[in-house]
Amino acid sequence: MKEGFRQAMAWLHTWTGLVFGWLLFAIFLTGTLAYFKDEINHWMQPEIPSRPLDAAASLTLAQTYLQQRAPDAPSWQITLPDARDPGISVSWQQAPARPGERGRFTEKILDAQTGAEVPVRKSFGGEFFYRFHFQLQMPYPWGRWLATSAAMVMFIALITGIITHKKIFKDFFTFRPRKGQRSWLDGHNAVGVLVLPFHLMITYSSLVIFMAMVMPASLLVSYGSDRSAFYDEVFPEAPTPERAGIPATLPAMAPLLARASEQLGGGNVARVTVINPGDANASVQVARASSDRITYEYGNDVTFNGVSGQILDATPAKPLPMAIAGSFYGLHIGHFAGPVLRWLYFICGLAGTAMIGTGLVIWLGKRQLKHAKTGVMPFELRLVEVLNIASMAGLIGAVAAFFWANRLLPLSLDGRANWEVNTFFIAWTLSLVHALLRPGRKAWVEQLTLAALLFTTVPLLNALTTAHHLGVTLAQKDWALAGFDLTCLAAGLLLAWAAWKMQRAAHTVRVEKTRRETTRPITLEQGTR
Amino acid sequence: MKAKLAALPMSYRLAVTSRVLAAVFGGYLVAALASVTLTLWLPLNRAEAVVTGMTVSFLVYLVAVLWCFACRTAWSAWVGLLVPSVILATVSGAARGLGLA
Repeated sequence: MKEGFRQAMAWLHTWTGLVFGWLLFAIFLTGTLAYFKDEINHWMQPEIPSRPLDAAASLTLAQTYLQQRAPDAPSWQITLPDARDPGISVSWQQAPARPGERGRFTEKILDAQTGAEVPVRKSFGGEFFYRFHFQLQMPYPWGRWLATSAAMVMFIALITGIITHKKIFKDFFTFRPRKGQRSWLDGHNAVGVLVLPFHLMITYSSLVIFMAMVMPASLLVSYGSDRSAFYDEVFPEAPTPERAGIPATLPAMAPLLARASEQLGGGNVARVTVINPGDANASVQVARASSDRITYEYGNDVTFNGVSGQILDATPAKPLPMAIAGSFYGLHIGHFAGPVLRWLYFICGLAGTAMIGTGLVIWLGKRQLKHAKTGVMPFELRLVEVLNIASMAGLIGAVAAFFWANRLLPLSLDGRANWEVNTFFIAWTLSLVHALLRPGRKAWVEQLTLAALLFTTVPLLNALTTAHHLGVTLAQKDWALAGFDLTCLAAGLLLAWAAWKMQRAAHTVRVEKTRRETTRPITLEQGTR
Repeated sequence: MKAKLAALPMSYRLAVTSRVLAAVFGGYLVAALASVTLTLWLPLNRAEAVVTGMTVSFLVYLVAVLWCFACRTAWSAWVGLLVPSVILATVSGAARGLGLA
């Protein structure tokens, strides 16, 4: 670290990237999948039919259902269908059996046209990837802390990467294919620079999302231990009246939609919450859809009196600092994105994942060359190799296994949703064991081949196990289901290509290695700067 | 660099460890103090000031970490974090003394 600023930054880039690379790869890949959370949900619960959207009719159906099934519940939650999520979701919490306990929580999915309960298979769907990418399947709050720490490291790796990479624009137009280590580095730089604004946005915004958890000093100084006062000021909520104990009829809520939309500046309504339904002090909160605008605002809603329909409260406009923080949040989750922008998000996310993956490969490749002559790899390099294989090829295979489990596990299985998740982790663990047992190159080729096989056959599996195969979904223009099948097919083909390249490289590398090692060691060293 | 680890002297490894600790914990301290200072001195209502302080703190953390690895010795890494920490603590203390918080 005596060599000067740029070398010091290169050192920091190399080591932060290595130590957190595997974790960041998993966070980026699952986070990227989460951009299509609703579409993945739809594929994983194909029983929910897609219907033409009619918010008022859907709300009426939900109200009728809840008045029959849960007239005494203290509160109802209704999520209306939208272009990406076809079903009406209704949920309610029963009054607790004893005071102080939590009442039983029930959620049902209704057909948006008939209002009938849809018997859906138990599955976490895309929600699993979304949760995993910031909670890492760890108990609260450890997963969030670890993921946010990884984000801070990513931020450091990005900035040091930019500093290291002095000829940022010149090198961008330099791609030297089929040059082994050189090509990996060029690829790493190209994906890094091409979507640099996305990388910076996504990394910094992930820190902003959990800032009150990881950087609470200023909050503690200003508010002391009274954190809820802060949240009340940032997200002001209408105080909802206590239960009066006097029965009163809840009028039809559908007309409230138009009035709420007017209050919210012409926004779409996503969620309706009813507190104390059927009571004289009932209130109805109508919340806007987060897809309406970039700024993500928790609790942007209008509250109505649940008997007279009088407006009790509306969320005021946010001051600038909150709007900025909210914009980072909104940009990160991309709820506002339409289909084209959503695909762009997805592709940028994949580019970020690829940038992390190529970085890990470069780290190892550069050091492996030094041991090419003896053919014996030191323990630490073998460890990195095994972790590279399991964290990349293994994780991709585990994602495919998760989708397969959704179609193959019996519908009546106890804890079915959990077993889908278990399948994911079992597959991932097996890939680690496999990587330990097999030589590096072979493990790569075999795991990529298996993942390719699992992904390319997803459309076939879907056709064999459900009535929603490509022939039907393409004809019905159900782009969520058809797109899922086609994306899996494309992913499988890409993985097959990667496996094939890996296989071929294994043959050529033996011949070339000794020659290159003796003639150009200096160039290779400079290659990482 | 890890491949060369055996050849590296113990003092180098200790210096790297010291820099890492300075970056992680010292950097966090500077970032947290910077967010507090901003919160207390910004002419905004307290919720807005808190949000601004938290949002900016990560940039301070970033610069602090870069400093820890860019400076010449591990000792200067610590000094370079402790000096701003003391200044920030004094400035936020002054805000309290002036009754701004």
